[in-house]
Amino acid sequence: MSALAVYAPLLPEAILAIGAMVLLMLGVFRPDTQEEAGRIMWLAIAVLLAAGFAVLQGAGTELLFAGAFIVDSFARFMKIVVLAGAGVALILSFDEMADRKSLKFEFPVLVLLSTTGMMMMVSANDLISLYLGLELQSLALYVVAAFRRDSTRSSEAGLKYFVLGALSSGMLLYGASLLYGFAGATSFEAIAAAARAPDAGRDMLLIFGLVFLLVGIAFKISAVPFHMWTPDVYEGAPTPVTAFFASAPKVAAMALFIRVVISVFAGIQPQWQQIVVFLAIASMLLGAFAAIRQTSIKRLMAYSSIANMGYALVGLAAGTVEGVQGVLVYMAIYIVMTLGTFAVILAMRRDGAPIEEINELAGLSKTNLPMAFAMAMFMFSMAGIPPLAGFFAKFYVFMAAIKAELYSLAVIGVLASVVGAYYYLRIVKLMFFDDARAPFEATLPKERAVQWVAMVLIIAFVLPVISAPLVDAAAAAARTLF
Amino acid sequence: MDIGLGHYLAVAACLFTLGIFGIFLNRKNVIVILMSVELMLLAVNINLVAFSSFLGNLTGQIFALFVLTVAAAEAAIGLAIVVVYFRNRGTIAVEDINLMKG
Repeated sequence: MSALAVYAPLLPEAILAIGAMVLLMLGVFRPDTQEEAGRIMWLAIAVLLAAGFAVLQGAGTELLFAGAFIVDSFARFMKIVVLAGAGVALILSFDEMADRKSLKFEFPVLVLLSTTGMMMMVSANDLISLYLGLELQSLALYVVAAFRRDSTRSSEAGLKYFVLGALSSGMLLYGASLLYGFAGATSFEAIAAAARAPDAGRDMLLIFGLVFLLVGIAFKISAVPFHMWTPDVYEGAPTPVTAFFASAPKVAAMALFIRVVISVFAGIQPQWQQIVVFLAIASMLLGAFAAIRQTSIKRLMAYSSIANMGYALVGLAAGTVEGVQGVLVYMAIYIVMTLGTFAVILAMRRDGAPIEEINELAGLSKTNLPMAFAMAMFMFSMAGIPPLAGFFAKFYVFMAAIKAELYSLAVIGVLASVVGAYYYLRIVKLMFFDDARAPFEATLPKERAVQWVAMVLIIAFVLPVISAPLVDAAAAAARTLF
Repeated sequence: MDIGLGHYLAVAACLFTLGIFGIFLNRKNVIVILMSVELMLLAVNINLVAFSSFLGNLTGQIFALFVLTVAAAEAAIGLAIVVVYFRNRGTIAVEDINLMKG
């Protein structure tokens, strides 16, 4: 037993991987019915809970596999957020898929596998483990995007996601190979040590490696100019899958981004800071302006997530403890808002067919006031209106940018969020002041529960009871990286 | 003439650029895109093995083996998605992949 005790930090990943394989076997050998698939969905949620519980058991900083795998409080924070995002996305997909009689056991298994990949990304401390985690996550996500096999749009989304995802992993890998050539090793510590040398900023291998690696990760968080896959994939993929795409993978890729720039490239901060500032400005502006003329709510959410990644990168650009803390708080609040919004989008249904037009929300307050109120809260929060959680998320990242003397970045960010407020508030106006359309079907219980929990969290964030543990945990997590 | 590290890196860079242009400029067939992706990954492998050999460090070759394995899995999934797409649309021409414009 004591030989196995060394691997205790690996327990959450082991639970997820073994759980996924056991559920796969169950799915293969049990009869192929809706009830069986539903049972496997619940078991998958239980596996995610068990993994989350295992994450919480650890303490301190632990290294495994000759330093290739690191578990510190930063990794633990991000893992909890990833697991929560994946779990809620599974809960949301349940009713929608059961409604179409298209519950399949492969879906929870693939979600578990990609979550395993995300956990490995968050814990990666070596270029090889980074690449393997990223690919495990991406390969499962490509399949999930094309999950509705008989739908042209879903398979087109899968194809587009695959081509651009493969391109981005190729770029990331090319960067990784150059960094290996630069440092002569793949571990993050060795690269960080080599990058701290006085003349490192002029080494072409390091600079090209940095650029290619960041391009690869920027694809995964869909930062502009590497965002072109996002609207199409969000629109084409089945809505529960879109909800999953918008939550957990973004958090995992952002965790990777933070760890890479803060702990690996600490020695060449001026170089990566330029890149991150550019990505942040471009994402915020494009996300704000391109969302205005969207008519599909899923495409709107795609541009909204692009803009949100831009705001999160503002905190990262600061490169300080406060900045990283701001990004962590931002990501946690972002997935609550996003999953809440998707719970509303999934409840937009008439005669068993999903509705994706924004205009169909018109007059929702007259037909379904609770849902309209929840949606209004999510939109106000995304627009950053106090005292909702979205305001505090933006406040932390912009304050960090101002403390790091990135004034123009903070000003552009605030202006972009003003533009962004236009399309969020337009939805509120549609719901509360326009003539009512035909009512949607009654909201399913799981979606209603997610809407209410997310809404209560967003409104109650102003209370220190809710916000203090999150902010303190984020601060502790951010400090371990410096 | 002595063949040094720079030569290997130049070949890899050329292959990698070819791969990227293959993805972006190709207007014919999705299979060509899959081939371009392979080209990019193999260019990376040349880089890794060249560095590994010239630095006298084995990690790069192990990395290259991992890349080969993942590339095989990636090709399998890519082809599976292409097959699903073909069943739905009856074509895999790149200019027909336009149901959604973004």
